[in-house]
Amino acid sequence: MFSRDTWQEIFLSIRKNKLRTFLAGFTVTLGILIFVSLVGLTNGLKNTFDAFFGNDATNVLSIFPGRTTIPYKGYKSNRVIEFDNTDLEDIEANFDDFIEYISPQITRSALTTYKQESNNYTTRAVAPGFQYSEKTIMMKGRYLNQTDIRERTKHAVIGRLVENDLFGNEDALGKYIDVGGSVFKVIGVYQDEGGDNEERFIYMPYTTRQLIEKNTDKIGQMVIGFKPEIGYNGAMIFDRQLNAFLREKKFISPDDRSGIFIRNVADQLKQNQQFANVLAIVGSIFALGTLIAGIIGISNIMVFVVKERTKELGIRKAIGATPASVIGTILLESVFITTVAGYLGMLLGVLILNSIGDKLEKYFILNPYIDAGLAVTATIILIFFGAVAGYIPAKRAARIKPIIALRDE
Amino acid sequence: MIQIKDLHKSYRMGSNSLHVLKGINFSVKEGELVAIMGSSGSGKSTLLNILGMLDVADSGEYILDGIPIKNLNETKAANYRNKFLGFIFQSFNLINYKTALENVALPLYYQGVGRKERQAKAMKYLEQVGLREWSHHVPSELSGGQKQRVAIARAMVAEPKVLLADELTGALDSKTSYEVMDLIQKINDQGNTILVVTHEDDIAHMCKRIVHLRDGVIVEDKEIEQVRASQYVQ
Repeated sequence: MFSRDTWQEIFLSIRKNKLRTFLAGFTVTLGILIFVSLVGLTNGLKNTFDAFFGNDATNVLSIFPGRTTIPYKGYKSNRVIEFDNTDLEDIEANFDDFIEYISPQITRSALTTYKQESNNYTTRAVAPGFQYSEKTIMMKGRYLNQTDIRERTKHAVIGRLVENDLFGNEDALGKYIDVGGSVFKVIGVYQDEGGDNEERFIYMPYTTRQLIEKNTDKIGQMVIGFKPEIGYNGAMIFDRQLNAFLREKKFISPDDRSGIFIRNVADQLKQNQQFANVLAIVGSIFALGTLIAGIIGISNIMVFVVKERTKELGIRKAIGATPASVIGTILLESVFITTVAGYLGMLLGVLILNSIGDKLEKYFILNPYIDAGLAVTATIILIFFGAVAGYIPAKRAARIKPIIALRDE
Repeated sequence: MIQIKDLHKSYRMGSNSLHVLKGINFSVKEGELVAIMGSSGSGKSTLLNILGMLDVADSGEYILDGIPIKNLNETKAANYRNKFLGFIFQSFNLINYKTALENVALPLYYQGVGRKERQAKAMKYLEQVGLREWSHHVPSELSGGQKQRVAIARAMVAEPKVLLADELTGALDSKTSYEVMDLIQKINDQGNTILVVTHEDDIAHMCKRIVHLRDGVIVEDKEIEQVRASQYVQ
């Protein structure tokens, strides 16, 4: 069946019937090309999503103090809520099962100076756990630790761009900088995938900040990392219980919408992921539709091809072609064409996706790609259905009596 | 070479059945050149198709060179056709995208003959029909007579036991017809058995025997004085 003669027959037939070959091949190439592009672009959208939402930890609750709007338990409305160290301890004591780490976040702007260079930076006074919530990556030195908190050390961890701005090519590690009038020793330099702004913070122990601000015990806002294993539902329960606990402790009405705010990244993430999933599903449906359209297209063309060749097949049968050889020739030809065309479409599609890269980032498409296995599978499916679609009419044509096939129109 | 006994064939046309062959008995010896004549609807083409294993009889016996032809599956019929029979059609039935040489070589391809041998043999038969110079032309570049001669070469290339020709001059003018018949006669002179279906008297008289069919039965079967076609060909 796969002798050189068979292939010569097939190549001759392909060469001499260019339109037919082109039609069949074009359908398959186009089908696979669109399939690959669609899947690739959908993946590109997902990449954008991941880039947007993937640079901070997702198991994080942020708690912001606000101002009450409803009088409650003898307190007037319009009361400013503030958190202090006892809140940290109480939350830790009461929600131990949920919490992985907890950190206050006191945000201040400070003029920072090293030698001749100075600039205004946002300082964040935090606890060691804060590193996880921001996914801060240490380039050199170390992050703040419990000793820093306990000893109220004047240690600072600075962003990559802070080092750039103030130190130029100099190594910042171990140098002393003036932050808002206090001298801090740089113990670490970090980077962050969240963009330039995220690399212009200066981190210091929150206890040190409290000491500088006349030994206050206020802590600004709080960031809690919950244990990932509690899952989305656990996070929601934790969210509700924490909210109730804090309202109880701070005498805020359960109905007061602005006493405190809890931002749950898990909740946002879930919504975003749902959106991304819907996108993926829509993309998949379109891709599947393209594949089905391709299958229908190649089937139609195969029916047409066999019909067109009925007379030729009749002649071949009259001079001694067996039904098996008739079917074999048609199938081999169609599989050969669809394989070459499918491969071409796949190659073209992958080439297009690769050339896009980040050029379409404006349209939320970043580095589109297609899983090689998926592309190959789609191509094989199309080839397979092309063969099936060719087999049915080929079998019928092989069964037609030569006299009927040879009858003059 | 061919023995036929009590051959019956009918076609179903909706609810009616059309009885085309109503008990045909005849035999052909090796080396004969037989014309099967009859008006349209007499059953002559049906008979030829059955002889050519392109169609199957309802009942009766058909023995080709000592082999009973019955209950053939498609594959076996194809092999027998390929080995025993050569077809010549009214409308030539050449494959239009193949050259004359490739068309002639095709039966050998289905016999599994090697490419070189195929081409040599095909060329030999093309030469015999006088088309050596045209071997690399496709059918659309050939005249009607040339096409039919290619078809004859194709029918002969597998060296079949019997050549079956269905109205082989039906699409040709009379001059070309005589040229083709001249060729047929020469092939017959070499000892080949040939059956020609025709409704043209002059063509029939260039054979050696005429079998007349009317309404599905043989009404006349006689040996005749052969008219040589060469006298009409310059």
